[in-house]
Amino acid sequence: MNKQEALFEYNLRIGDNALVLAQRLSEWSGSGPILEEDIAMSNMALDLIGQSRGFLTYAGTVEGKGRSEDDLAFFRDVRLFRNRMLVEMPNGDFGVTMMRSFLFSAFAYLHFRGLVKSKDETISGLAEKSLKEVTYHLRHTSQWVIRLGDGTDESNQRVQTAANDLWSYTNELFEMNEVDELLINDGIVFDLNGFREEWNQLIKEVFTKATLEIPVAGYNSKGGINGFHTEHLGFLLAEMQSLPRSLPDAKW
Amino acid sequence: MSDSTKEWPIWEVFTQKKDGAAHEHAGSVHAPDAEMALLNARDVYGRRMEAINMWVVLSSAIVASTPDDMGPFFDPANDKLYRWPNTFKTPQGIKQV
Repeated sequence: MNKQEALFEYNLRIGDNALVLAQRLSEWSGSGPILEEDIAMSNMALDLIGQSRGFLTYAGTVEGKGRSEDDLAFFRDVRLFRNRMLVEMPNGDFGVTMMRSFLFSAFAYLHFRGLVKSKDETISGLAEKSLKEVTYHLRHTSQWVIRLGDGTDESNQRVQTAANDLWSYTNELFEMNEVDELLINDGIVFDLNGFREEWNQLIKEVFTKATLEIPVAGYNSKGGINGFHTEHLGFLLAEMQSLPRSLPDAKW
Repeated sequence: MSDSTKEWPIWEVFTQKKDGAAHEHAGSVHAPDAEMALLNARDVYGRRMEAINMWVVLSSAIVASTPDDMGPFFDPANDKLYRWPNTFKTPQGIKQV
């Protein structure tokens, strides 16, 4: 693998994380628990689609084979997706959805905050724009986790179960491979372990306010960035990609 | 939906469009508390760059005049032109009047 290929891969990771989570959140459109929250989840989905467009477009440019954002989003199969498994987890109940977005937004917030200083100007620019959006996502989802955790017995139990179930996919957020190695030396990206402790603190702070227990992972997922995924991603992609695949070049 | 005790209270949302402008009523949202009201207001009334600042206030905290008040409150203004500062000239260049 050369640096160009590594940069392509790294952009796919960020673009795919955003795209897959956007697709999950948009599944709530029209069926949110209350109008205001329905709009909020759709807003977050739209922010994420915007982020995904930026990073996938840049991935296509770096690759240099003329692939557009749409080619990358709709005409890649599951093994070619580079997202972390956390974002492909099914919506479950509202507690699962908020917990998933909270755990991921805390990661994305710290990640983009670091990438703002990237020596690659496109990445730094995209990170700066994305940082504002995920700062809001983190605030919105933190507030919900606190209210559900410190709410009724039922909401506490549901959101604690959500945390327990999703926890196995949080270690993977920090997984790195040769892609990282190749890019870290040039100052394009940085070691994710650099903010691991800060992520732990962020989660702990909100969990404490929410009267939730930090779960203990019995199993840690591995390999999203290498194209390994749960059985859920295939179904998500089948739905997301069906229209462009059955009607290629369809326009709005 | 019929159990009103389980409904979240309504908050009135006021948005400021630019620095120095007055906050204007934009609409209302449901929310369990002030912070969530602000977040919901942002998502419903501020997602297309309509505002630079927002206020939310519990609808129940607003005291309104009633239709019965209309006569005594507002009619007497009709025939007292001297209450209007019509003879003052507005200096040029003033935007927020």
